[in-house]
Amino acid sequence: MRSLFSNVWRAVAAIVVMTLIFGFAYALAGTGVAQLFFRHQANGSLTANGSTLIGQNWNGYSTTKILDHQWFHGRPDADNPLSATGKAGTSAAANLGPRSTVLVHDVKALVKAWHAVGVIPTPDLVTTSGSGLDPDITPADAVAQIPMVSKATGVSPPRLRALIAKETHGPQLGFLGSSYVVVLTLNEALAKLR
Amino acid sequence: MTYFWTIAVLVIALGLAWRYLGSYMAAVFETRLHFFRFIERPIYAILGTGPDREQTWKRYATSLIIFSGGFIGIDYLLLRIQGLLPLNPQHLGAVGPALSFNTSVSFVTNTNWQNYAGESTMSYFSQIGVLTVQQFVSAAVGIAVAIALVRGFSRKGSGTIGNFWVDVTRGLLYILLPIAFLAGIVLVGQGAVQTLAGPATVHDALNGVTQTIARGPAGFMGSIMQLGTNGGGFFNADLAHPLENPTGLTNLLYVFLTLSIPVSLTYTFGKMVGSVRHGAALLAAMAIIFGAWVGFTSYAEHQPNPAVAAAGVASQPAGNMEGKEVRFGDTSSALFNVSMTQTSDGAVNSANDSYNPIGGFGPLSGMMMGEVSPGGVGSGLYTILLFAILAVFIGGLMIGRTPEYLGKKIQAREVKLAGLGILVMPITVLVITGIAVSIHAGRAGPLNGGPHGFSEILYAFTSQGNNNGSAFAGLTGNHAFYNVAGAVAMLLGRFAIIVPSLALAGTLAAKKVVAASAGTFRTDNTMFVGLLIGVIVIVGGLTFFPAVALGPIAEQLSHKFYSVVTVLPVIGQSLGHLATPASWRALLP
Repeated sequence: MRSLFSNVWRAVAAIVVMTLIFGFAYALAGTGVAQLFFRHQANGSLTANGSTLIGQNWNGYSTTKILDHQWFHGRPDADNPLSATGKAGTSAAANLGPRSTVLVHDVKALVKAWHAVGVIPTPDLVTTSGSGLDPDITPADAVAQIPMVSKATGVSPPRLRALIAKETHGPQLGFLGSSYVVVLTLNEALAKLR
Repeated sequence: MTYFWTIAVLVIALGLAWRYLGSYMAAVFETRLHFFRFIERPIYAILGTGPDREQTWKRYATSLIIFSGGFIGIDYLLLRIQGLLPLNPQHLGAVGPALSFNTSVSFVTNTNWQNYAGESTMSYFSQIGVLTVQQFVSAAVGIAVAIALVRGFSRKGSGTIGNFWVDVTRGLLYILLPIAFLAGIVLVGQGAVQTLAGPATVHDALNGVTQTIARGPAGFMGSIMQLGTNGGGFFNADLAHPLENPTGLTNLLYVFLTLSIPVSLTYTFGKMVGSVRHGAALLAAMAIIFGAWVGFTSYAEHQPNPAVAAAGVASQPAGNMEGKEVRFGDTSSALFNVSMTQTSDGAVNSANDSYNPIGGFGPLSGMMMGEVSPGGVGSGLYTILLFAILAVFIGGLMIGRTPEYLGKKIQAREVKLAGLGILVMPITVLVITGIAVSIHAGRAGPLNGGPHGFSEILYAFTSQGNNNGSAFAGLTGNHAFYNVAGAVAMLLGRFAIIVPSLALAGTLAAKKVVAASAGTFRTDNTMFVGLLIGVIVIVGGLTFFPAVALGPIAEQLSHKFYSVVTVLPVIGQSLGHLATPASWRALLP
C-alpha cells in the first residue's frame, strides 16, 4: 500500500513538472526564438493583401460559374478561412471518395464552368486540395487560364506567359515537391502590369 | 526523377540517424551521458527516485499505468475547464465530456486520433499544456518500454529491468527535447506559424476579400508531434495545412523526423544486446516492408482519379490530385501518408479518403500489420520483437529444437506473452468494427457511400487500435459512440500490448544465456529476415484480408459510383452529416 501511495505521489509530481517543462517552457521558448529570428514567418507570412501561404477566393463565392475573369484563380477549395464573423474557420479537405457520384458531379460542374469562359481546365483546377486552403497552382494551371485573363485584362498572352514563368518556383532545392506558382503574388504582379 | 532524389536523400539521412542517433540513444539509456544532470537531479529529487533505484517488471508496469492514468484524468479535467483557463484569444468554451475523454486517451496513448478541429476547438492553453505535453511524454513512455524489453535480452539472471521514471526523464531530456527544438526552428524558418497572438484578419485590395486566418503555436508542436510519431496537428487539416507544413523541405523533414527514432532504435537495440547485426536484421525486415508499401502506394496515386476521369477530364498527368496540395504533388504525398501509417504517427498531408481505391489500401494495410515497419517510437521496436519471438518459435518448430533469441531460451511463457501482445490489436479492431457496422450509431458515421463507407469505419478502428491516429477523415467521429468505442480501442491497443511486453522483459531478464552452438537457429541472417517478414505479413494478411476485401479491394474491382448520403450544408462537408448509407448496408447479410 505504501508503495502505491508513493507511486501516486510520484505520478502527480511528474505530471506537474513535465507539463511545465515540456509544455509551457518548450512552447514559450520556441515562440520567443521564432518571434526573434523569423518574425514574418512565425506570424503567418502576411503581406499587404493576405498570406502567401493561404489560398483565397478570387471568384466572389460562386461554385457554379466563373464570375471574375480578370484574376488567376486557385484551386476550387471551399475557402474555409474566409469568414465574415471574424472567427477563423476550419481547414479541411472535401474527403470525397474516388468513386463518389458527388465528386463526379462537382468536377463536371467545374469543367462546364471553365469551358464557358474559354478555358480547358487542368485537373488541379477542378479538384480540391488537402487543406482546403492551397495557396498554389502549377505553372500549367496558370497557363490554362491565359485565354480568360487575357480577354478580360487586355494583357497579351505572351506577356502573361512571361509573367507566369517569372513567378514560377521550381521544386525546392531542385528536387522537393512540385513546381508551383503562388496565386496571390501572381495576381499582385498582374495588377502591376495592367 | 525528383521523387528519386527525395527518396535518396531520405534514405541517406536515415542511414546516418540509424548509426549515430542509434548509438547516442544507447549511451543515454546505459547512463553514459550526464550533460543535463543539472535538470535531471532536481527532477529525481522531486520524484524521490534515481538511476540506482531499479524496478521489477511489475513495479515498472505499475508506475507506467499510474502515470498514464493520472495524465488521462488531468488532461480530461483541463479540457473540461478550457473556458476558464488563460491563453485563449478566441474565447473557446469547454470541450464536451465524450470528446474530452476521447482526446485525453488519444494523446496519452500516442494515438492522436482527433474527433475535433484544432483551430476552432482547442485554446492555445490546451494545445500547449495538454496536447504538446503528451506528444513528448507518450513518446518517451514508448521508448522506455522498448528499452526495458531490450534490457530483458541484454541482462542475465536479473530481477529488474530499469527504472521507469528515469527512463522517461532521460528520453525526454536527452533525445526528444533537443531534436524537437532544433527542428522547430527550421520549420518556423520555412514558414510554419508560431505565435500566441490570435487569428489575423487581412483585407485584399485586389479582389475585395477579407480573410480571417487561424494562427497559433503550430511550428514547435509540429516538430515534436512528428518526432514522437504522434501526428495530431494544430489545425484540422493537419500537415496539409500550409501554415504547419509550408514547403517541400518541411514535408521531407516531417517524414524524416517521424522515421528517425523508430529506425534508429534498432541500432540502439543491437548495440545494447551486443550484436549490431541483430539490430540490422530487424531494420532490414522493416525497410523491405516499408519500401514495398511506399512503391505500391506512390504508383497507385500516380494513376488518375476515377471520379475525375468520369467527369470528363481527359488526362491527369500529375496523378490523383483530389485532396492533395500542389506544392507536394502526388508521389511526395503518398510517401508522406504511407510513412505515417507504417509508423504510429498518423499525420496526413493529403486526404486519405480521396486516395484512389487501392491507394487507400496502402495506408490502411500498413497499420494492419501491427505498425512494425518501422512502427512508432518504442512501440515499433517492442512490437517487432514480439514478432521476432514468434518467428524464432516457428523456426524452432521447423528444426525441432527449443528456440533461442540472443541466447535466451524462448519457452511456453514467452511465446504466450508474445502471442497475446500480437493478437490484442486484431481482436480489438475487428470486434469493435463489427459492433460499429451492426448498430445505427456506427452506421451514421461515414460520409461516403458504398464499400468506401465501410473502409471509413474499418480505417477508424484500425487506426485507433494501433494507436495511429490517421483517418479516412470523411467519417464523423464526434458522437458518443465513436468517442467512447474509439477510446476503448486506443486503451487496449496501447496498454494491452505494453503490459505483456514488460512481462516478457521481466522473464527474459531473469533467464541465463545459453552459448550458441552449431545447431542454434541463426537470428541475424537473411533467412531470419525472410521468416520475420513472412510472419508479419501472414499474421496481418490472414486476420484482415476478409475485412479489406469488403472495403478497398471491392471498391477497386467494382466500376460503380456510389452516392454520398445527406450532408448538413451548414456544418460543412467533413464536419457533420447524417447518414443511412443504404448502398453499403446492402453489403451486410
